[in-house]
Amino acid sequence: MENLGYLFAAYTAIWAVVFVYILFMQRKQRRLQRQIDMLQDSLDKQDSVDSLKK
Amino acid sequence: MNKEHRLRDNVLLGLGLALMIAALYTVFIYVPTEKHTGVVQRIFYFHVPVAWVSFLAFFVTFIYSILYLWKRKMKSDAIASASAEVGVIFTTLILITGPIWAKPVWGIWWTWDARLTTSLVLWLTYVAYLLVRSYATEPDRAARFSAVIGIIGFIDVPIVFLTVNLWRTQHPTAIIFEGGMDTPILVTLLVCIAAFTMLYVLLTVQSASLKDTENEVKRLKSIKEE
Repeated sequence: MENLGYLFAAYTAIWAVVFVYILFMQRKQRRLQRQIDMLQDSLDKQDSVDSLKK
Repeated sequence: MNKEHRLRDNVLLGLGLALMIAALYTVFIYVPTEKHTGVVQRIFYFHVPVAWVSFLAFFVTFIYSILYLWKRKMKSDAIASASAEVGVIFTTLILITGPIWAKPVWGIWWTWDARLTTSLVLWLTYVAYLLVRSYATEPDRAARFSAVIGIIGFIDVPIVFLTVNLWRTQHPTAIIFEGGMDTPILVTLLVCIAAFTMLYVLLTVQSASLKDTENEVKRLKSIKEE
């Protein structure tokens, strides 16, 4: 089983890179969700202010 | 996320997992060890599919970049940029797995031969594509400039593919198109290509849907600021 280390390194690299990319996408999704929540909050506040004015 | 999208994602995920398990089975159990280079030859079953997927990814970017410039729909830009992003990930994997395979077989990590150099140029081109997008101030500009890079950059894909036939290179030729490959090797390679293509589809669909949401958030923010 010569060169088994190289084989292991190549397969580890593949899964590590794919895993890091999935983590990156998850982080992006959480950031977007926070932004959507903030926008929703500010729109709700705007709505309540508008209804009070009426 | 609506029900239809969730079902689609679950089907893709299930298929992807099944294909990846099949790929691992064929690579480590089914296919016999190659006589000349030994166990390290098994890198081939992931190195080649990863290269195929990156070519496919940049082809999708090329098509959707043309569609964006033609119809100016942000949906096309989302797919083009998602595919380019996944393409860069897979090209990075070519540039990592290639030298790891080259060292025990050629005795060197890297050489500036035509195939390796044009592959590096391909990676740099699409890294530039992503940088242009991240530095552009307006989404329309980012989409327009990157679409131009996505179209021009694709010229390098056939060049990378043909290098081994056009020049004398250290890199072996694409034996899959020459025939004469043993059945277990061919079956394993095809299963791995299917598994990595499915992984590409999965990642691109997720990434494109994130970009859609990102565009929507930007649009809502601009409405709020008005």
